[in-house]
Amino acid sequence: MPKLTVDDLKKIKEEYKSTFTLREGGYRAKITVHMGTCGIAAGAREVMNALMDEMAKENIKDVIVTNSGCAGFCSREPMATVEMLNHAPVKYQLLNPEKIRRIFKEHVQGGKVVDEFALVAGSETSY
Amino acid sequence: METGYRVNLMICGGTGCIASGSLKVKHALQEELAKRGLEKEVNLVLTGCNGFCAQGPIMTVYPEGIFYEKLKPEDIPVLVEEHFLKGRPVERLMYKEPEKKSTLPVMKDIPFFNLQVLRALRNKGLVDPEKIEEYIARDGYQAAAKVLLEMTPEQIIKEVKESGLRGRGGAGFPTGLKWELCNRVPGELKYILCNGDEGDPGAFMDRSVMEADPHVVLEGMIIGAKAIGASKGYIYVRAEYPLAVQRLQLAIDQARAYGLLGENILGSGFNLDIEIYQGAGAFVCGEETALMRSLEGKRGMPIPRPPFPAVQGLWKKPTVLNNVETYANIPPLILHGAQWFRSLGTEKSTGTKVFALTGAVNNIGLIEVPMGIPLRKVIYDIGGGIRKGKKFKAVQLGGPSGGCIPENLLDTPVTYEDIVQTGAIVGSGGMVVIDDSNCMVSVAKFFLEFTTDESCGKCPPCRIGTKVLHDKLVDITEGRGQPGDIELLQDLCGDVINCSLCGLGQTAPNPILSTIRYFRDEYESHIHDKWCKAGVCRTLTTFYVDPETCKGCGACARVCPQKAISGERKKPHEINQELCVKCRSCYETCKFGALKIGPGRLRGELIARAREKELKGVEQA
Repeated sequence: MPKLTVDDLKKIKEEYKSTFTLREGGYRAKITVHMGTCGIAAGAREVMNALMDEMAKENIKDVIVTNSGCAGFCSREPMATVEMLNHAPVKYQLLNPEKIRRIFKEHVQGGKVVDEFALVAGSETSY
Repeated sequence: METGYRVNLMICGGTGCIASGSLKVKHALQEELAKRGLEKEVNLVLTGCNGFCAQGPIMTVYPEGIFYEKLKPEDIPVLVEEHFLKGRPVERLMYKEPEKKSTLPVMKDIPFFNLQVLRALRNKGLVDPEKIEEYIARDGYQAAAKVLLEMTPEQIIKEVKESGLRGRGGAGFPTGLKWELCNRVPGELKYILCNGDEGDPGAFMDRSVMEADPHVVLEGMIIGAKAIGASKGYIYVRAEYPLAVQRLQLAIDQARAYGLLGENILGSGFNLDIEIYQGAGAFVCGEETALMRSLEGKRGMPIPRPPFPAVQGLWKKPTVLNNVETYANIPPLILHGAQWFRSLGTEKSTGTKVFALTGAVNNIGLIEVPMGIPLRKVIYDIGGGIRKGKKFKAVQLGGPSGGCIPENLLDTPVTYEDIVQTGAIVGSGGMVVIDDSNCMVSVAKFFLEFTTDESCGKCPPCRIGTKVLHDKLVDITEGRGQPGDIELLQDLCGDVINCSLCGLGQTAPNPILSTIRYFRDEYESHIHDKWCKAGVCRTLTTFYVDPETCKGCGACARVCPQKAISGERKKPHEINQELCVKCRSCYETCKFGALKIGPGRLRGELIARAREKELKGVEQA
């Protein structure tokens, strides 16, 4: 890989912004499974596997599935964040494979937040 | 919309709304506005069909964009007075969403989220820690580019000094000053180190940053390296953090591949390489001189300072060591400037602090709050109060080097200066909440057991002192306490603090001193009454059932692993003291508060009484 210049940094930034803004990448949803040590210990791996399984079964191409670190609310792990295009992200708590399958069907596919598993909607203040 | 008016009212004049009475409403509005003398301030416009005929007559109010529906002439006087005169929109008349709204709360309504401000943790849960591109997309390595290409070391140091950033690892030494000291020392080879040897029990701030956002650590180190003129860096991480090690290594590999580490970074001519060194998990290796010995491949033991590491550190070269969270604060500080950084926090404790909030609170987690926030807000609003309806007793800050803060000091703001006043320290950010089922002497004993174990053994005040202190606490909790023990402990604590070589010994007595300061009555009841009122120290505790309060539900009998509790249903139960092992199960289970904690000697009395009763029974038979 060639060495980066400052211009390359800007290019990468623009290119990968789409993974955060969905719109530009042509995706309609992004699912983040939080996989810090706390999440993994609580069973995030199984949640991720179930999600990948659903994605494969339905042959979904326009949804991003990714992992990330601790979401900060360790006593509610495993957690996942579902962000639908043009909607505030929704954080789900205390997940297991069955729950994430339902969230995938009802929220990601059906567009309806699964209230009973959801913790909160919105983004945190970063300043 | 016409200018000159304070408010514009768009009342619908479509056929639908006229049919439902919008002209009458308009008339009523005109009258009322004139009556109140508002006709020069409020503009009334009749618009075409709005399309929402079923809810008519409708009216939109600008500039707020408030939408009123189904207006009637009789609503108008109230509406004009409340909204246009007093500025209070009338909710009753506003449009309501027909569908049932989701009951899901939003972050700004939940204290756990809305009291937090993310700086060090700004990428937490947002980026994929294994993709450098996602970090770059969130302004990653922009600050590194800025310092490498546009700033001199002196400018970097000035910015960091002005920000007031203090080391987040525990001691709170000003970061800019530390960099300046090392910058001034001449030398071809200097080292920049990162302390990821998080050792406080219950703390996991640094681990989470390394796992969730490893590149921010590398970027912070690049900036520090430029400031002091270092060309080699090491991240010292405890081997018990495998995921952090793995993700950091991946981050280093990616940064090297992109030329963000190595030679001539971003074409600036600046060189820096970073390696990971895995520590074996000794608490003392969080102390800077011990950490450097460990890095050199020697046994991790501290050495006297001066010379300070800024002058003679790793392999006797000028060295700067900063904590993970400190580095995580550096890139945004450089991008937004010192004034931005100071905009949160207090005069002397600027910015935010990450805490690992844990223990007896409902919401356990990793939180970042502006410095200066009162402890009470952290525990009750963010932490959601005490678990299982128990009562707050103390909050332990700063781990084995820190202290306990009681209820009456909960309004203390979280700043370096204010927390030190209470006898605790901000420390690296471990915040363990303790409820009333804990014995404070045992809490102190727990921390001393830890420090006794972790003392490296180099200097006698720490090696022997912590052991003697711990033995004394064991005596007190096992019923061998004697009058004068409290004073003896205090004396000895002073000696250990004054004579120890490094921070471990100098702070190890803090848990004892702070629990004596605020919970002296517990020490006294342990020593004089041989009574542990929290029911933790087994030899100083007797559990018994209060026959007045017992409802005879039998819940305690069912959980007792010894089957020591008996009694008829709906009649007071009794504990067979000879079988009881004081496991607390019954005490935790009883919903009526019928289980009481008595002093240790009560056990003997109860046994004697029970035998007497038995004997009487035999005689009567």
